[in-house]
Amino acid sequence: MTSSTVTPPAGRVTAPRRRRADDVAGLGKARAGLFVAPALIIIGIFLLFPAVWTVWLGMTDYRLTGLQAASPEFVGLENYTEALTDPAFWNSLWLTLIFVVASGIVGQTLIGFGLAWSVRNITGWVKALIEGLVLAAWVIPASVASFLWLALLDRRTGTVNALLGTEGAAWLIDHPMEAIILFNIWVGTAFSMQLFSSALSAVPPSQIESAKMVGASGWQQLRDVIVPNIKGHILTNTLLITLWTFNTFTPYLVTAGGPNGKTEILSVYIYETAIPGGQLGLGAAISLIMLLINLVIALGYVRVAQGRRKR
Amino acid sequence: MAGITATQLVKEYPGGVRGVDEVDVEIRDGEFFALLGPSGCGKTTLLRSIAGLEAITSGSLVIGDRDVTNAEPGVRGVAMVFQDYALFPHMDVGDNIAYPLRIKRVKRDERRGTAAKVADGLSLQGLIERRPGQLSGGQQQRVALARAVATRPDVLLLDEPLSNLDARLRLEARTFLKELQRDLGVTTVFVTHDQAEALALADRIAVMRAGKLQQIGTPREVFQRPNNTFVAGFIGSNPMNLLPAQVRESRLAVGDATVSLPPGTEQLVREGQDVVWGIRPEYVRWVTAEEAGAIPAEVSVVENLGASVLIVVNAGDRKLQVAVPEDQEPAPGDRGWIVPQLSKTLLFDAETTERIG
Repeated sequence: MTSSTVTPPAGRVTAPRRRRADDVAGLGKARAGLFVAPALIIIGIFLLFPAVWTVWLGMTDYRLTGLQAASPEFVGLENYTEALTDPAFWNSLWLTLIFVVASGIVGQTLIGFGLAWSVRNITGWVKALIEGLVLAAWVIPASVASFLWLALLDRRTGTVNALLGTEGAAWLIDHPMEAIILFNIWVGTAFSMQLFSSALSAVPPSQIESAKMVGASGWQQLRDVIVPNIKGHILTNTLLITLWTFNTFTPYLVTAGGPNGKTEILSVYIYETAIPGGQLGLGAAISLIMLLINLVIALGYVRVAQGRRKR
Repeated sequence: MAGITATQLVKEYPGGVRGVDEVDVEIRDGEFFALLGPSGCGKTTLLRSIAGLEAITSGSLVIGDRDVTNAEPGVRGVAMVFQDYALFPHMDVGDNIAYPLRIKRVKRDERRGTAAKVADGLSLQGLIERRPGQLSGGQQQRVALARAVATRPDVLLLDEPLSNLDARLRLEARTFLKELQRDLGVTTVFVTHDQAEALALADRIAVMRAGKLQQIGTPREVFQRPNNTFVAGFIGSNPMNLLPAQVRESRLAVGDATVSLPPGTEQLVREGQDVVWGIRPEYVRWVTAEEAGAIPAEVSVVENLGASVLIVVNAGDRKLQVAVPEDQEPAPGDRGWIVPQLSKTLLFDAETTERIG
C-alpha cells in the first residue's frame, strides 16, 4: 500500500455523514420522529390521556351527579384508603381470585388442553365437529352468549331444568358463582384448545414414540415429553387467560353481580361503584389498583419466561 | 438375545394401501440385518411393525419365543434409534440415556451410574451434563444409541441410522456401528435406502419394493445373484446394465450383436424367448483391439469416479455402462470393443423379471 489514500469520486459525495448503527433507515432522529408522531399522538389521546386522567380522577371526589360532579375536589389518597379498608372490595378481590383460578387457569386451560389432547388423533368430520362447536362458543358475541345462558338456566322455562327434571331450580340464585365460572369456561375454552392443538402438533412424534418404546405410560409420556416440549405455550396461555379472565366484564350480563354481590368480581365491582353508585373518583381509584395487579401478573410472567430462556 | 420371525405379516392402512404386504422373514439371533429399498417401499413400516409402533393388520410376529403380534412396544424387549435420534431436549445426556431406566423405576443414583458407564462405552465421556442441543450430530447419534442399549434389549432397531450425518462422518459411524453391534451381539435390524450402506454393514439384507420382499440374502448373494431385475438395478453403486434380448439358436441377440448365453441357462430358455440380459459395468472390459466375443461400441459419455472411470458406450442401438481403470480412460467418440465377462452375465425373464438359472 502507498501512503496516498483513495480519494472519493468527485461530485456530491463529501465527508460521510456519521450514521448511528441503529439508524437503519438513515432518516436521522428528527425526521424519524416525525413519521412516528401521528401514531404517538393517537395513542396519547386515546390511551395515555384516559390513563392519566384516571389517576387524577382517583384522587378526587368526582361523582356522577350532584355538587361534586360540577366541581370535584382533590382528596389525595382518600379513595385508596377507602377502597382498601372496605370489606366489599376485599370480598370482590377474593371472588375474582376464585373466578380466575377456577374458570381461567383450571377450567379453560385444563379443559382446553384435554380437548386438544383427545382430538389430536381424530381426523375427519368428528374432529371438525368438535372444533367447530368449541370455536362457536368463542365466536358468538358475549351478549348473545350470555343471553343463551340465561335461557339455559332460567327457573321456569330453562333448558337445564327441563333436561335434569329439576323444575323450579333457580341456578343463578342458588349457585351464581358456579354459573358464571361454567359460563366463562364455556365461552373461553376454544382459545386454549386451539393454542394447545398447534402446540401438540409441533411436538416431534419420534420423541413420543421413543418414550413409548421404553414402556412409558400415557401419563409418563405427558410428563416427560409433551409438557416439557410445550412449556412455552403453557406459559403464554396461562398469562393471556389469567389477564382476560381477570378483566372480563361479561359475567355481569348473566348475573349482574348478584344475587346480593355474590358474583361481584372486580370489574363488576368497579362498574357498580362508578356508574350505578355514582362514585367516579372511587371507581377510578379501584381501576388503578386493578391495573397494578395486571402489571404484577404480566411482570411475573416475563420473569418466568426470561428465567426459562436463560437456562 | 432373540431372533425375529415374521410370518405373512401385513400392515394395511385405512384406504387399503398395504405398507407391508405378506412378508415372511426370519432374522437370526445376533444377526445384523438390513431392510433395504427405495423410499416408500415399506421398509420403515416393517421396522415400526417390529417395534410395535404400527398395529399389525394380519400375520404374526415372534421375537425370541414370544408371540408379540399384538404386544405393546414397551414389553417387546426391543429398543429403537430414530432417524432424528429423538433425544429429549430438556434433559441432559445422562438423563436421556437413563430415561428407560427411569421408566423401569430404577433409583436415580443407580441409573445415573449405569448411564455414565454406557456413555463411556460409546466414547461420550465428559458430555454427561450437556444438553442434546450442545452436541454434534455424531455425538447425538451415540447418545441415542446409548439410550437404546442402556436397558440391554433383545433386539435393536435402527431407522436410517446414518442418513443424518455428513458424508465423512458417515463412514466413521458405519465402522463404529459395526463394532458396537459385534461387541453387544444384539440382534440388530436397520433400515436404509443406501445399498452401499447395507452391503457394508449387514450380515444379511432384505430388499423390499412396494411392501413386498424381493430377496433375502447375504450382501454377496444379492450383489452376485439378484432374484430379479429390480434387485439387480438397485444393488451396486453403478446399476447393472439390463438390456432386452432374445434367444436365437442357443445364443442371445442383444440389439445387433450376439453374445453367448450365461453358463447354466442353456436348458432353461427356449428359442425366440424374450429375456433381459444383465451385466455389471465392473464386469465389462473396454478394449481397443478386436477379440473373441467382443462387441463393437462407441464411447458417448465419460464420468470420472476417481480410481476408475465410468463410460457410457453405444453398442448398436443399445447403451451400456462400463467401468474402466483410470489409466485406460477413453475419450468421447472413441471407437473400440466391449467384452463382457461371460461368467458374470445374468439372464432374467422379460415378463416376470425373475432371474433365469
